Amino acid sequence: MLGRLGIGFVGVAALVALPLVAATASEDGKPRKPTEQEWSFDGIFGKFDRAELQRGFNVFNRVCASCHSLEFLAYRHLIGIGLSAEEIKAIAAENDVVDGPDEFGDSFERPARPSDPYFQPFDNEQQARAANGGAFPPDLTLITKIRSGPDYVYALLTGYGEELPESLEPSPGTEYNPYFKSWTIAMPEPLFDDAVEYADGTAATAEQMSRDVSAFLAWAAEPELERRKQTGFVVVIFLIILAGLLYASKRKMWADLH
Amino acid sequence: MSEQVQDHDGHDEGRRDFLYITTGAFAAAIGAAAIWPFIDAWNPSADVLALASTEADLSAIEVGQSVTVVWRGKPVFIRHRTEEEIALANLLPEDLPDPQSDGERVLKPEWLVVVGICTHLGCVPLGQKTDDNRGEYDGWFCPCHGSHYDTSGRIRKGPAPRNLDVPEYAFLTDSSIRVG
Amino acid sequence: MSANSIETGAGGGLVKWIDSRLPIFSYMQKEYGEYPAPRNFNYWWNFGALAMFLLVTMIVTGLWLAMQYTPHVDLAFASVQRIMRDVNSGWFIRLVHVNGASFFFIVVYIHLFRGMYYGSFKAPRELLWMLGVVILLLMMATSFMGYVLPWGQLSFWGATVITNLFSAIPLVGDAVVTWLWGGFTVANPTLNRFYALHFLLPFLIVGVVGLHVVALHVTGSNNPLGIEPKSKQDTVPFHPYYTIKDSFGLGVFLVIFAIVVFFAPDFFSEPENYERADFLKTPEEIVPEWYFLPFFAILRAVPAIWFIEAKLAGVIAMFASIFVLFVLPWLDTAKVRSGKFRPIFRWFFWIFIANVLVLGYVGGKPPNETVFEGIESFDFLALGRITTAWYFIHFLVVLPLLGRFERPLPLPESISAAVLGTQKGGGPVGSGAAAKPMEKA
Repeated sequence: MLGRLGIGFVGVAALVALPLVAATASEDGKPRKPTEQEWSFDGIFGKFDRAELQRGFNVFNRVCASCHSLEFLAYRHLIGIGLSAEEIKAIAAENDVVDGPDEFGDSFERPARPSDPYFQPFDNEQQARAANGGAFPPDLTLITKIRSGPDYVYALLTGYGEELPESLEPSPGTEYNPYFKSWTIAMPEPLFDDAVEYADGTAATAEQMSRDVSAFLAWAAEPELERRKQTGFVVVIFLIILAGLLYASKRKMWADLH
Repeated sequence: MSEQVQDHDGHDEGRRDFLYITTGAFAAAIGAAAIWPFIDAWNPSADVLALASTEADLSAIEVGQSVTVVWRGKPVFIRHRTEEEIALANLLPEDLPDPQSDGERVLKPEWLVVVGICTHLGCVPLGQKTDDNRGEYDGWFCPCHGSHYDTSGRIRKGPAPRNLDVPEYAFLTDSSIRVG
Repeated sequence: MSANSIETGAGGGLVKWIDSRLPIFSYMQKEYGEYPAPRNFNYWWNFGALAMFLLVTMIVTGLWLAMQYTPHVDLAFASVQRIMRDVNSGWFIRLVHVNGASFFFIVVYIHLFRGMYYGSFKAPRELLWMLGVVILLLMMATSFMGYVLPWGQLSFWGATVITNLFSAIPLVGDAVVTWLWGGFTVANPTLNRFYALHFLLPFLIVGVVGLHVVALHVTGSNNPLGIEPKSKQDTVPFHPYYTIKDSFGLGVFLVIFAIVVFFAPDFFSEPENYERADFLKTPEEIVPEWYFLPFFAILRAVPAIWFIEAKLAGVIAMFASIFVLFVLPWLDTAKVRSGKFRPIFRWFFWIFIANVLVLGYVGGKPPNETVFEGIESFDFLALGRITTAWYFIHFLVVLPLLGRFERPLPLPESISAAVLGTQKGGGPVGSGAAAKPMEKA
């Protein structure tokens, strides 16, 4: 929880706090740390892999979306994963949305348009819980932000199938997943080989789908990432030059004082 | 540190001025670039632009009927014109305040699409319902200051300076259009 | 240069016309052009100007965010996401604002520690210092309320916990909390009033900063040697010497700031706040923003004392930890200002800094977690208590005693003697150059 913040503080307080850090590195009762994955959007020059995002969206749309919402995503945003306006229109039209009132004051259903928010499987939390044995499938728009990156999503999706440790009591309606907060998760293993068919011919293994959907969710959480890093690179270069020029000017100006 | 000696010859001064001017220009350029996001933030945002066009289904509009659709927060009148209305619209009197032929104002003669805002002071004219006061030219009548529009949405009488605006629109199919 | 230099140049006539009726130009010329500043500022003196820059940046970006933000519990979180996704350059403006808050505190804390080290709070600059503490308090209030606005989990629970502190007030505590909330929990009325105040307080800060600067220009700036300038030799005009030096400092700062904004925008933030506020689900740990952590540690460290229950005692200690700064000019009785000439103080100063950092670390840890593996009884609560105690001991015991018993090093005769005697740089004074009789600062 302290996460990066703690590390930031330690960075400053390295001398003082260093002995204190080690104590918390391994602790019982904490979920397993996701292994670090390599993503195309890591690093200063990181970019999204459009094909990966489209595959990931396919997985989300066909599998995850039956329980999870993407509240802050509209169909039109999908232009960011490289879909064309026509494709987006077709995807949107697969779902109906309630509109209204019409001239008689009634609500009516119509096919969704690109400007509409992405399809939500449940009207509210209560309905979602009722349909899922009391568990609430959270909104996933920001999940990779909440869990500090897509590694968690990938680890969770591929973390099923291990033997329940003896220290844990099996609880009905849940499965063991060492990456989940409480180690037992109400979501059954969601992805199996060939659950979807990829348009680009990539083999739809569970591992591949987990990866793709994790990348897609990283995009959904931070669609501005690419522009941010590209702008940032130019900005930082220019600022370094400016700082250099200012330093030279400062030296020149002060030279006659000494 | 060990820079060259400050001899106050023109060469050195020139170099110094060049440095100051370069630094100032760089700072000014970066400052100006930093202002741009704040200007750009006032432009219509992506969600606003996404609603910049409206699609309308025409199949349910009977001949002689009008409907109003909302486009960019404004009413757009779509009238399925009768033969007589088309004939009236094609009459082109000499003394129009804003001369325009009907052909310039429609894509298909039976469908008239105009922005339903009086060009005088922005009221919404009457005439969408068949029992509305449609004015002396059987088009629309603005109750605010008495502007009369004909069946092509042209201003014929009253203070309005221009014909009702025709928005940019296109037929997607024979029975649907996209405005904007 | 003199005031009449403003009359030259293009448009000079108009400038003169205005200036003779409203002397803003000659005022600027006097206070920022000619203002005689000690010639030996080191780079720690850049942070006042940096703080000024950040204040303006925060106000401008904040104003722009306010144009797109919706202060309503049902809409606030989504409106922030809309800023990040749909508003043109919205992500940039927001990330500058969010990270600007953290950098503002970094800069102001350094500015404050610099003042503590070089004795900038000592006579005749007591009011200057106290105004600075007022600015710090206003900044804390502003950032606390600003953190509530995105209406994430920590926004909500942070607001709940901090406002609940007021329930510690005897007799009327609960009524005060209800009054603060405008209801029976942190809810829409609370969000609305926090939004209004978050908008207002920065302008109050601008006002106090104005007083801070006026007070500074009355007494003149302190400097790394802590001795007053005696002759023209000791000072340089603020412009261009310190405008260019501050500009260079700003340039370096902007590089660091941009790296964080563009490449590590979440470095200072808690991931949990990307989850929308849920009044039924308390996060496992409620951690305030990093710049509050030392105070948060003090809040939790204090046990019940006599008849004062622990909650009230903690609140009192937390507020006391800031209010003690107000009386610092009278607690530190040393005659010499600069830590440079106070060999023992210097040690205690760095111990104090380390102590504050440890307090910050403790503030981000669960109190009952053990600090070192294997020593079960020593948990973060215990460490927090020790460091809290030291925080107050430093101010209330160490500083008064040091003033009495410490033997300061000899002070240099003048700033120019010290600076020119040891070559350029304005850095530490060589011991040889400064063997002059001690001067009363």
